[in-house]
Amino acid sequence: MILAAAPLSELLSFGDKGYGDEMFWGALRSVQIAFFAYAFGLCLGLAGAMGKLSGGRVLKAILEGYTTLVRAVPELVLILLLYYAGTDGLNSLIVALGFQRIEINGLVAAIFVLGFVQGAYHTEVLRAAIQAVPIGQSEAAKAYGMSPFLRFRRITLSAMLPNAIPGLANLWLNVTKDSALISVVGFTELALATRQAAGVSKQYLVLYLVAQAVYLCISFASGQFFNWMERHVRRGQPKLA
Amino acid sequence: MAKDNSQTAVVVEDLHKSFGQLEVLKGVSLAAREGDVVSMIGASGSGKSTFLRCINFLELPTRGRISVTGEEIVLTPGKDGDLHPSDRRQVERIRTKLGMVFQSFNLWQHMTVLQNVIEAPVHVLGLSKAEAIERAEALLNKVGLYEKRDQYPSFLSGGQQQRAAIARALCMNPKVMLFDEPTSALDPELVGEVLKVIRDLAEEGRTMILVTHEMKFARDVSSHVIYLHKGIIEEQGPPKQVFGAPKSERCKQFVSSVH
Repeated sequence: MILAAAPLSELLSFGDKGYGDEMFWGALRSVQIAFFAYAFGLCLGLAGAMGKLSGGRVLKAILEGYTTLVRAVPELVLILLLYYAGTDGLNSLIVALGFQRIEINGLVAAIFVLGFVQGAYHTEVLRAAIQAVPIGQSEAAKAYGMSPFLRFRRITLSAMLPNAIPGLANLWLNVTKDSALISVVGFTELALATRQAAGVSKQYLVLYLVAQAVYLCISFASGQFFNWMERHVRRGQPKLA
Repeated sequence: MAKDNSQTAVVVEDLHKSFGQLEVLKGVSLAAREGDVVSMIGASGSGKSTFLRCINFLELPTRGRISVTGEEIVLTPGKDGDLHPSDRRQVERIRTKLGMVFQSFNLWQHMTVLQNVIEAPVHVLGLSKAEAIERAEALLNKVGLYEKRDQYPSFLSGGQQQRAAIARALCMNPKVMLFDEPTSALDPELVGEVLKVIRDLAEEGRTMILVTHEMKFARDVSSHVIYLHKGIIEEQGPPKQVFGAPKSERCKQFVSSVH
């Protein structure tokens, strides 16, 4: 039995007595989920924004449905829906095709589900950022014979970043915290590891404060990174007085 | 036009352009031979900028034919009523021969002056970076911006930005330079430095098509002047004729009012 006055160092120690290792691995999992979900969402968002801006009518309608629906439904509901219905549906499909049911990796499913949700927000952030680039920037690229792909890669992509970075930073901070939602499907990341540790040790206040500090550190470090990024992509713009 | 035995650089035949119900160009033709400096003048809304932008297909014509250095651009009518290039690659290739200078410079804001100038030569023409830099630095020297090559455009004055934009266009080694009101966005005291660069190019024998409001300049540098009014050529000829003894009453009024 753990004493109420157990010192913090013992509580957070690695090994059988403490919960340091569980929480450490949980935190790492959280960052891992957040990172890959963000990257996946960014790819979806880039494709979605391009589709919305230059796709055909059908594609535009599909993307409109995607962003509207995903952004309208509570994320928790979507996660439960996509996680259980998604893995179930995938398995039904596999069985229908005559293969063995497979165990879907919880981490991969979590990343996919969060990334799918993130993608809808990324689509809108990037669409707006691209549309805010003065038309003359890509017109000049056109006038010197650049192909549409080259124009997008060399000009539009860099020119829209100053407009996109603040929104992208927000989405990153969101996904680091949304990773905690994944605990509802029983995947052990920082939030669930903390709850389990606190449940056993009864040290709710201390352990949740520690978890909070970890989230704060992640946010702080991310903030520094995005500040640097923003300064970098705005290097060609005069500073406001 | 001057130099009878020289090659045609740009030929435009019977160009029409409508924006919805509004017909901006009602059949404008132009033939510029190598070494010609053609100036297009006219009131705002006369269609002169639209005409220039049709030459490199930044604007799609509704009707007409366009050839650059003897090659006609193949066009297909689209559902929107405009003529679309049948082969995107042909237009992209043609555009590399046409050095466009915009009214609002349109330098790429995320690149330094030097990066702006070498961008298209490296990524479109496939020049090596070293070769492009060598070419770019010579051109920046020529337009008086060698010292500013590592600056970002928004830290430069309008006149400097436009000179950088001219260097960027020249770095493609274009057959024809297209100037779309290159001094209209500039403060009056900065106009001179840009006009000097353009004048030097004219004296070198560069082929240029120039849309401008600078009448004295057009009179000095042009070999041919076109006065456009409401989408049709009202008067054209050598500068002496258009400015000195125009046949059209409207042209006479226009050149005397802006002088």
